[in-house]
Amino acid sequence: MNLRSSVDIITEWDIVAARQLGRNEAKDVGFGTVDQARITTAISELARNIYLYAGKGNIEIKQIAEGNLKGLQVIASDKGPGIADVRKVMEDGFTTSGGLGAGLPGVKRLMDDFKIETVFGEGTVISATKWLR
Amino acid sequence: MEEFKKQYKKILEQYILKQTEHNLYEGQNISRQLIQKNISPEEVISIHKASLEEIMSDLDGDVQHSFDLLIEVMIRYGLALKEHQTLIQKQQNIKMEMELAANVQQTLLKTKVPKEIDLDIGIITVPAKEMNGDYAHFLHDNTHVGIAVADVIGKGIPAALCMSMIKYGMDSLDGAETDPVIVLDVINRIVEKSVSDSMFISMFYGKYDTSKSEFTYASAGHEPPLFYCSETSSFTELQAKGLLLGVIPNVKYEQQSITLNKGDFVVMMTDGVTECRSKEGFIEQKTIMDIIENVRDQPAQEMVEYVFHKLEELQDFEQRDDFTLVIFKKI
Repeated sequence: MNLRSSVDIITEWDIVAARQLGRNEAKDVGFGTVDQARITTAISELARNIYLYAGKGNIEIKQIAEGNLKGLQVIASDKGPGIADVRKVMEDGFTTSGGLGAGLPGVKRLMDDFKIETVFGEGTVISATKWLR
Repeated sequence: MEEFKKQYKKILEQYILKQTEHNLYEGQNISRQLIQKNISPEEVISIHKASLEEIMSDLDGDVQHSFDLLIEVMIRYGLALKEHQTLIQKQQNIKMEMELAANVQQTLLKTKVPKEIDLDIGIITVPAKEMNGDYAHFLHDNTHVGIAVADVIGKGIPAALCMSMIKYGMDSLDGAETDPVIVLDVINRIVEKSVSDSMFISMFYGKYDTSKSEFTYASAGHEPPLFYCSETSSFTELQAKGLLLGVIPNVKYEQQSITLNKGDFVVMMTDGVTECRSKEGFIEQKTIMDIIENVRDQPAQEMVEYVFHKLEELQDFEQRDDFTLVIFKKI
């Protein structure tokens, strides 16, 4: 099983489209309302980062399975400026858009697995997975 | 989790049936447990929604949907709560680290008060925060006692780090016989080389020669000590010109001497003593002199402790700066 679909993020409205896609897929996997809301919040956050800092990029949603475990993977990629200091943006209390409880640490908390690859000046790929329990 | 769901449903059922204060109290009690078990706000709403659906089979669809919106809204509250918890944990770790560092500093800056000489010596040094930016250190041999009192402008960790440098500078000196101007010159060169331009240290160095009962001193921009003459029952400031440490490499320090007679004493201090503030403003030098004079016949250690407590009292027990006070009393 490897269903994938994606949304290009260019305008702010594409954030909503990415959320919608994420919610549909999350429902399809069998996530409850709370986890659906967590996954879509994570997607919002990732898509917003692309929109604000990279200008454009892509959100890909993948249904995945590992043994008996089913899950949903969100991959956010862009060819933006990259992140100079990953450790800093992963720190609590550090957020450039100035809100509490959001940013990349928020995404990490909302999801189960979190991986970030970034090359300064070339772009960023973040993948985050939530497993169905 | 299942247990909470059951409990919550029961409380909700009771409350819908009868809106008593007792039922509300039960609800508040369960919230304490929910927080303890790290159950986030969005989960609580989801439990509420599920319970309501079970209790009221004819629940209006519109009402059901409204909870989904509320769950969505609460996600960030849940995140903010988790972030808050992590930050508190971090803060506790930092505090623990600070306490450890303060212990290391205390061991590092330990100094032995010379005894079995014709001087009665009292010393007290109390940091405003965990770490001390004041420094007092004795050098001692059979005939001489050296005393260094220094103050880093600023307090906390940066000041404390600076202090250890002075300690190693002092350790490199030959012995208690070294002249105050030479001590200041050596320390100034070390500080000038190693400290950033924004860091300033003031330092007083005094040397007591037991064979001549002579107290020789020099100062690098430090608070002038007070000399109490028991014959005239009066205080004078021991002035000595000299620039703060670390500003330029070659500084000419001025050296002075006085003779101590029985009952005379020298009070050395940092600006934590002289810049004490009460509600009415700075505590005047005259007040400090009066406090000291009150206890001039007490042993030197009791004198410094008395002055500290008295000034603490005048400041409503709010210590703003590191506080160091040393008394050399001729016996």
